[in-house]
Amino acid sequence: MRDISSDLPVRFEGVSLRAGTTTILDRLNFSIPPGTPTLIVGPNGSGKTSLLRLCMGLSTPSEGRITWGGRNALGPGRLAMLFQRPVMLRRSVADNVIYGLAKAGLPRKLRVARMEEALARVGLLELASRPARRLSGGEQQRVALARALAREPELLLLDEPTANLDPAATRAVEEIILMAAQSGIKIVMASHDLGQVRRLAGEVMFLVRGRLCERASAADFFDHPSTGEAASFVRGDLVI
Amino acid sequence: MPDSMTAWELIISGDATLYAIVRLSLAVSLSAVAIAVVIGLPLGALLALTRFRGRTALIVLLNGFMGLPPVVVGLTVFLLLSRSGPLGVFGILFTPLAMVIAQALLVVPIIAALTRQTIEDLWHEYRDELTAMNVGAGGRMATLLWDSRFSLITALLAGFGRAAAEVGTVMIVGGNIDGFTRTMTTTIALETSKGNLPLAMGLGLILIVLILMINAAAWGVRVWSEQRAG
Repeated sequence: MRDISSDLPVRFEGVSLRAGTTTILDRLNFSIPPGTPTLIVGPNGSGKTSLLRLCMGLSTPSEGRITWGGRNALGPGRLAMLFQRPVMLRRSVADNVIYGLAKAGLPRKLRVARMEEALARVGLLELASRPARRLSGGEQQRVALARALAREPELLLLDEPTANLDPAATRAVEEIILMAAQSGIKIVMASHDLGQVRRLAGEVMFLVRGRLCERASAADFFDHPSTGEAASFVRGDLVI
Repeated sequence: MPDSMTAWELIISGDATLYAIVRLSLAVSLSAVAIAVVIGLPLGALLALTRFRGRTALIVLLNGFMGLPPVVVGLTVFLLLSRSGPLGVFGILFTPLAMVIAQALLVVPIIAALTRQTIEDLWHEYRDELTAMNVGAGGRMATLLWDSRFSLITALLAGFGRAAAEVGTVMIVGGNIDGFTRTMTTTIALETSKGNLPLAMGLGLILIVLILMINAAAWGVRVWSEQRAG
């Protein structure tokens, strides 16, 4: 739930992440302010997921520090994250959303109305009483979106949420994401799908092998990429 | 209960002594499982979700205790509850309560160990999502226990099977007193040693049928609720 203090901007100061001798993220310095959707782009293994997990506080950097709105710790409930494979709790669609609301501290009597509103927003109100784990992958991702958005986050992190979905389901999910962005929620989303980046991005952060290779507005990234890697990525060449 | 009658004759004639024995057996084992659930589920979940020195040793110990010899547990409880033992003042040796305590001790490790494994597996799947939803330690435990409820039914059945089938502990701490602490298993043991094999076999069949019925009911509940909750 939103309150006076904000978790934005999320600022990375010299952040590195290592697993054993492998460097996953290498000395990242950037800040994510409120605004248009930021798409984190790059080939598999470039560190997109790790970057999002750090933003969410799910892992801690090996070096450097991360601040949220100038503070060293996350405020509760103002960030939400969508994973590539959402976890549906073993209960109904409605109860999955209500669970998220309960854990965000929403008073009990407000939860049902908020749940219905959130499910209506993702077009799944008629499936409210169905067991969530029986839904298709696309529907599960929309339930996860409803669960995340019902909490009214100020920042929504998405880790390739459409990677396993067909075009129709992908479009449904993208529409919800755009709607959320228009309502003022800051979107930070990982993707390696160029078409999707064109459709959604306000700005692009291009990662290659754990390094922030380029950061630009979407228009600049596609029209005038300033690095060779970005240029070949935009052309659709294989960047490894 | 006249020795000359077979178990089937006793069942059909509605023999009061026989039904009292069946009732006591079920009451003792179900109470033991209920107590073991109250202790074993949180204990297993706690072990699954916390990290501390000696945790691995504790898990190995718990897994090993799934195979505790019933007579040894019976002996231990007997020593604790006997007149000169530390809990002797309560005077509960040779009562159904003593049998419940002893069986609960046998069942707790089974339920705790199986719960630990189930919860730990589910936690791997749920960890990121629950952490991202800012779910606290107590909430995690409750959520994981609830969401693994279908698998945990199997753990409860394993525990009940152990309690209902064992004879060593109830014999030692209950004393096999006619009309008071005599259960199906102790009756079977007694009738066998007296040479009354038809009655012993008949009681054995009743015991097996009862255990099968409880398992079938639990299975039905599982299937029904799984269909509703996915």
